[in-house]
Amino acid sequence: MTTAVETLRDTPFTVGGRTFQSRLMVGTGKYRDNETMVRAIEASGAEIVTVAVRRVDLDRTKEAGVLHHLDPRKYFLLANTAGCYTAQDAVRYARLAREAGFNEFVKLEVIGDQETLLPDVQGLLDAARILVGEGFKVLAYTNEDLVTALRLEEIGCAAVMPLASPIGSGLGLLNPYGVRTIKRRLKAPIVVDAGVGTASDACMTMEQGVDGILMNTALAAARDPVAMAHAMRLAVEAGRGAYLAGRMPRREVAVPSSPREGMLD
Amino acid sequence: MSGTIDITINGERRAVAAGATLLELLASLQLDPRVVVVEHNRTIVRRPRLSGVTVTEGDAIELVHFVGGG
Repeated sequence: MTTAVETLRDTPFTVGGRTFQSRLMVGTGKYRDNETMVRAIEASGAEIVTVAVRRVDLDRTKEAGVLHHLDPRKYFLLANTAGCYTAQDAVRYARLAREAGFNEFVKLEVIGDQETLLPDVQGLLDAARILVGEGFKVLAYTNEDLVTALRLEEIGCAAVMPLASPIGSGLGLLNPYGVRTIKRRLKAPIVVDAGVGTASDACMTMEQGVDGILMNTALAAARDPVAMAHAMRLAVEAGRGAYLAGRMPRREVAVPSSPREGMLD
Repeated sequence: MSGTIDITINGERRAVAAGATLLELLASLQLDPRVVVVEHNRTIVRRPRLSGVTVTEGDAIELVHFVGGG
């Protein structure tokens, strides 16, 4: 859905030399069935879709991977290194993904803590350095720490992906200031990844001026994933539009909208 | 060319035909080489080379593909 004037004023979203119309990226995990997943992705308008690399189930080879349900000519598949706890593992998964996939892009995750799934910054920087050196276009999942984001940019990451809140938590954008600061200071595209729970979260995140959002659980765990996908699409467009429009300044006191003059005695 | 050897596939010990190539191994597991990536003793073997690599006793093989993820 292309609406109104604001879309015309916007520039397309470019990452790693590729240009996309949609600023919403979606995952493919945790859907109750593949048909719902496919319909939700369609309703989201997303062009970039993330996938994970895992062992083939040798006993159930007929029920194959996600590629049986998603047309790789229709979607840009972005492989992740989810579940990796060391730089070495993440590099291994990224190499396998490049071999399995259709592009040199990887969403790099190096996790440092099982409960919160927060990133291991040291491992992340190490893995990013190796993968960029091998020609990967690295989209690095990180926290909302400016200095880490700056280092990831220096290394040559194609995009920096600060979290809104922990993966799968649905807690929304916990640190708008941190995300806004990263966007202000970096030239690399900023895509907020993880933690968005509902449409207002997505809208508020886009209002910070970031280039895009990646979400999975917010759609997959909604009561109606397809309807939520549509709502998220509108929210991302609305938030982007509001950012481009430039919000009014905040004031501590009221300012009347109607004239003070012309009142009756 | 007779008999079997033991190798590890995706962490499971399996007996396979001695002298089998990686391509033959995929076929015996009914896996489509176009959607599976093969790691042979920690080294990725690209599709065109699958028919040129023979498995030997004790090899560790990982067969991976894309699944749903975020």
